[in-house]
Amino acid sequence: MPGVTRLSVRNIRKSFGDHEVLKGISLDAEDGDVISLLGASGSGKSTFLRCINLLETASDGEIFVDGEQIRMVKKNGQNRPESQKQVDHIRSELGMVFQSFNLWSHMTILQNVIEGPVHVLKRPKAECIAEAEALLEKVGIADKRHAYPAHLSGGQQQRAAIARALAMKPKVMLFDEPTSALDPELVGEVLRVMRALAEDGMTMLVVTHEMSFARNVSNRVVFMRQGVVDSSGAPDDMFGSGASPAFRQFIGHFGGEQ
Amino acid sequence: MATLELLGFGQNGWGALLLVATLMTLAVTATALLIGAVLGTVVATAKLSGNMLLVGLGNVYTTVFRGVPELLIIYLIYFGGSSAVTAVGQWLGYEGFLGLPSFAAGALAVGIISGSYQAEVYRGAYLAIAKGELEAASAIGMNRMLRLRRVVMPQVLRYAIPGLGNVWQLTLKDSALISVTGLAELMRTSQVAAGSTRQYFLFYIVGGVLYLLLTSFSDRLFNRAERRANRSMPAAAMGQA
Ligand SMILES: Nc1ncnc2c1ncn2[C@@H]1O[C@H](COP(=O)(O)OP(=O)(O)OP(=O)(O)O)[C@@H](O)[C@H]1O
Ligand SMILES: [Mg+2]
Repeated sequence: MPGVTRLSVRNIRKSFGDHEVLKGISLDAEDGDVISLLGASGSGKSTFLRCINLLETASDGEIFVDGEQIRMVKKNGQNRPESQKQVDHIRSELGMVFQSFNLWSHMTILQNVIEGPVHVLKRPKAECIAEAEALLEKVGIADKRHAYPAHLSGGQQQRAAIARALAMKPKVMLFDEPTSALDPELVGEVLRVMRALAEDGMTMLVVTHEMSFARNVSNRVVFMRQGVVDSSGAPDDMFGSGASPAFRQFIGHFGGEQ
Repeated sequence: MATLELLGFGQNGWGALLLVATLMTLAVTATALLIGAVLGTVVATAKLSGNMLLVGLGNVYTTVFRGVPELLIIYLIYFGGSSAVTAVGQWLGYEGFLGLPSFAAGALAVGIISGSYQAEVYRGAYLAIAKGELEAASAIGMNRMLRLRRVVMPQVLRYAIPGLGNVWQLTLKDSALISVTGLAELMRTSQVAAGSTRQYFLFYIVGGVLYLLLTSFSDRLFNRAERRANRSMPAAAMGQA
């Protein structure tokens, strides 16, 4: 359903103590958008992503997921979610993929993938298993379904983590540097899965240092700098003549990787 | 009298009594371990709460009950408790000594001590859980209870097994001190048998062997549990017992 806004973030601010990390960031993702979020280390990309699913609580601003606003209240001058129940519900609609995979180490891959659907969404187990096996097939690790995370390579673990997030049938997928912890030869297999996901029409917000992904897979590039959006636009414009001086300098560091 | 007859199950044999005493030791130790598990969980939760008062109270608990001799705690609870009960009895008009049941008092005293060790085991086990796994649980929409049940508890148990094995051994040995309350557990029964037959060597050695049987048997159980729990660990950790 193109034209449906899956995620809308308005004027998000976040401070740690008196260090303001996000200084008013807004972003809209329509159905099927694949947005690459670029920026130097410390520019606030992770913090921004974590504010969206409330792993961090923004100090100010509004967040809408599929049209539903996350209700916030001020308490002793602190911004807090009004209802933890709503937070849990919103989180179940947002798939998060972490740099360090974070699979549950005491569960097999299959158990990891069905955990959310069975225990959070309370869906029938047999159905979830069938879907999980299809997902594992799709990300190419069906043969590992009874293995534990510790016995998989990083690339396999990350693909399992993507399957785990997808099993929730999320409205939006959030990726925080999904390939940064991987050995170079394992990056490709994860990017391929992400690319297939994009082609399937999944709405994705991807923090990445993979310029080829930003350029060739995403339909929008957002460049963050010192807690604000420095510039954003279609990849062709951003990587072409339309680049801001700061972005031009930033991608200069990645010259060899395209 | 022949050794075999002394240890046998006949009229003059101590076999039946020793067997019952061994089971009693097992029962009082298991009860103490359970009491300690409850106390240990509460104290570990307090120490992890981040609340200054609770952390302080938790620290006092673990410091005191690991630092004071076990025997003193048992005296305190059994005799102290009994004299308190006697005082209450006198106040209610009952003359004479009222003793606490020795099984309950002993299990409570050893359980309190066991709890101070278990608290540290559980706290360490909780801290061993990867923070990212907790975050992934929240991120998928688990509420606190569900996260506790599905991600925290299974991992705390997994990381706690080796430590709990040690606490069990410790508790088993501590249970011998309960003999001072007159409970007919293994230590007390060996003592009585040794004293009344004047076969000190024989009965203390048999008692020791029975303790060893208990510890090595339970050691094996814990090792098996540990191996099961380690199936999900990286290959490098699998060989370690
Ligand atoms: N929990 C926290 N407490 C205090 N400061 C924090 C916290 N999390 C992040 N920061 C600070 O906020 C700033 C932005 O951090 P963030 O992790 O969002 O950057 P990033 O763009 O994701 O960087 P990287 O590319 O290195 O992952 C940094 O200066 C960081 O030190
Ligand atoms: Mg980051």
